[in-house]
Amino acid sequence: MSAATLEADRLASPPVRHRASTKGQKAWRSLKYVLLICFSVIVLMPAYALLVTSFKRQADYDQSTAWQIPAHWSVEGWVAAWNTLAPAVGRSLVMAVIASCVSAMLGSLNGYIFAKSRFPGSHVIFVLFLFGMFIPYQAIMIPLSGMMLNIQDGAPWFSGIPTLILCHIVYGIPICTLIFRNYYATSVPTEIIEASRVDGATTWSAYTRVVLPISPPAFVVTLIWQFTSAWNDFLFALFLTNQSNGPVTFGLNALASGQNPNYPQIMAGVLVASLPTLIIYIVLGKYFVAGLMSGSVK
Amino acid sequence: MTVLVGPADATGPTGRAGYGNEHNEGDDMVKVRRWFPSFLFVLPSIILIGIFVYGFIGNNIIGSFAMVRTRSGRIKAPGGFQNYSSLIGDPRYQHALWNLLVLTVTFVAGTMFFGLLWALLLERGAKFEGLFRSLLLFPMAISFVAAGVVWRWLLSPATGAQAVGLNQLFQMMGLGGLQSSWYSAGRFNMAAMAIPAIWQLSGYIMALFLAGFRGISEDQREAARVDGATEFKLYRYVLFPQLSPIALSALIIVGHMSMKMFDLIYSIAGQSSYTAEVPATLMWTQMFQLNDPTAAAVNATLLLLIVAVAVIPYLIYTNRTEKGVH
Repeated sequence: MSAATLEADRLASPPVRHRASTKGQKAWRSLKYVLLICFSVIVLMPAYALLVTSFKRQADYDQSTAWQIPAHWSVEGWVAAWNTLAPAVGRSLVMAVIASCVSAMLGSLNGYIFAKSRFPGSHVIFVLFLFGMFIPYQAIMIPLSGMMLNIQDGAPWFSGIPTLILCHIVYGIPICTLIFRNYYATSVPTEIIEASRVDGATTWSAYTRVVLPISPPAFVVTLIWQFTSAWNDFLFALFLTNQSNGPVTFGLNALASGQNPNYPQIMAGVLVASLPTLIIYIVLGKYFVAGLMSGSVK
Repeated sequence: MTVLVGPADATGPTGRAGYGNEHNEGDDMVKVRRWFPSFLFVLPSIILIGIFVYGFIGNNIIGSFAMVRTRSGRIKAPGGFQNYSSLIGDPRYQHALWNLLVLTVTFVAGTMFFGLLWALLLERGAKFEGLFRSLLLFPMAISFVAAGVVWRWLLSPATGAQAVGLNQLFQMMGLGGLQSSWYSAGRFNMAAMAIPAIWQLSGYIMALFLAGFRGISEDQREAARVDGATEFKLYRYVLFPQLSPIALSALIIVGHMSMKMFDLIYSIAGQSSYTAEVPATLMWTQMFQLNDPTAAAVNATLLLLIVAVAVIPYLIYTNRTEKGVH
């Protein structure tokens, strides 16, 4: 895959050179590693608390030993969390997959036009799109929920996940457009498109024959980005869905805010609800970071 | 480059061929035929963004000026700008604004500090750099809600024998003096709410700065060294000035996230917590608990205004270079 312009590549480290160094430089180097290890431990601390708690048994759970590893390892909490969250996990998967595919396709079309085939006023429209990425969604939430209720009067099936799919597609357009537009601007030579236009290619055929075939890296970045933000969204879920038709973030919040908290179940639930995005991060980290770099603004 | 500072226009305005001064109707038709398909490509998105972003913003603003009477005839919202003055005069809203200020200052300062520090530690390369980078960045992969559930437990206000979470950890480490009531009490309580946010976002800012450092060619460092610059001077006068566009992007990203922050606060402090209330969470409370959608619309409009004041100059600034091309 030609990932030449993926921003994450710019994180690639220079070779570590240990030239003949003075005492001061050696001391600095040791300090550097000490600091890096300390910060990593601090950042991982909540993950440690999550993991050890999730493998405890509710019956053994005692606040005073919360930081210690389980006396009896058990997957009881995981089973309980999965049983509670499984339907919502399924709904979230459907929602995030559909929403990310559609907004990636729209983003690709828009990005191509804004980078390579402009029309009068396209720059202004592009900036207006970008602003849509920064708005606090509170500012559109009241009319949005009003519209959804109106639609539901005529089409009762349009509730829960379908409404969220629509929202994530629409509000994902700005960031997807930006990612593709930056990608095309740097990795598609304008000459190729001009040459194809001279050969009689239309705007559409130049897109499908020249631009689309080199788009996979940008699609990976955009799909990951959109999947993650749809999966992690809570605000739209809270305003537009309920516990029986909402995504996993809604289910997790409900699970965690009950009376008499079952901590092993709650902490396992956090991990269940985070697993898909964590797996993506671990397996496709480079592309995840590329999404962040190309304008992660959420 | 990061965020919006894309080098898009280095490529030249392809679709704008034939933008001359000559006016000839036949030519105009050719031009229109040339760019019209491009417009059609984007049209679906223009319609969607037009309705769902700008239409709804307009709708919300109109709603914020509404005059509302209760069924018994009592005036609930006087209408017009009085809706705004009554919300701004409301001590509850002022409290939420103060919370937002404390949260934003701490959050921005904290992420910038740790982000830059971590980038400095890594930028010259380190053994296991990839591992450190992944560890420091991993909280970004987790939702605010999931993180909030853990941090609610970590930031439990109980101290002494009842302590759990961080307070308990401090006791175990012999740092009992660090115990705190966190976000639950105090005038600057929202500084504690910034801790989980800093935990989630610092790695991101690190990645931005790291890309910035790596984008500066090695020659410049060599040249500065040949000129006898100390390491401090190298950073102060050669490297940092080149990172200022990235610092600005980072500032805007973190700042506007802070103003919009909802999930994390809702998840940590619970629904309609007064002590941890910011305008974004108050808006939910106004909608669903106080049954006052007009006040919610006013609040949301003001929030949009606050964010716009920060973001619009930034959008114009980052796109200014491109305007020059036109």
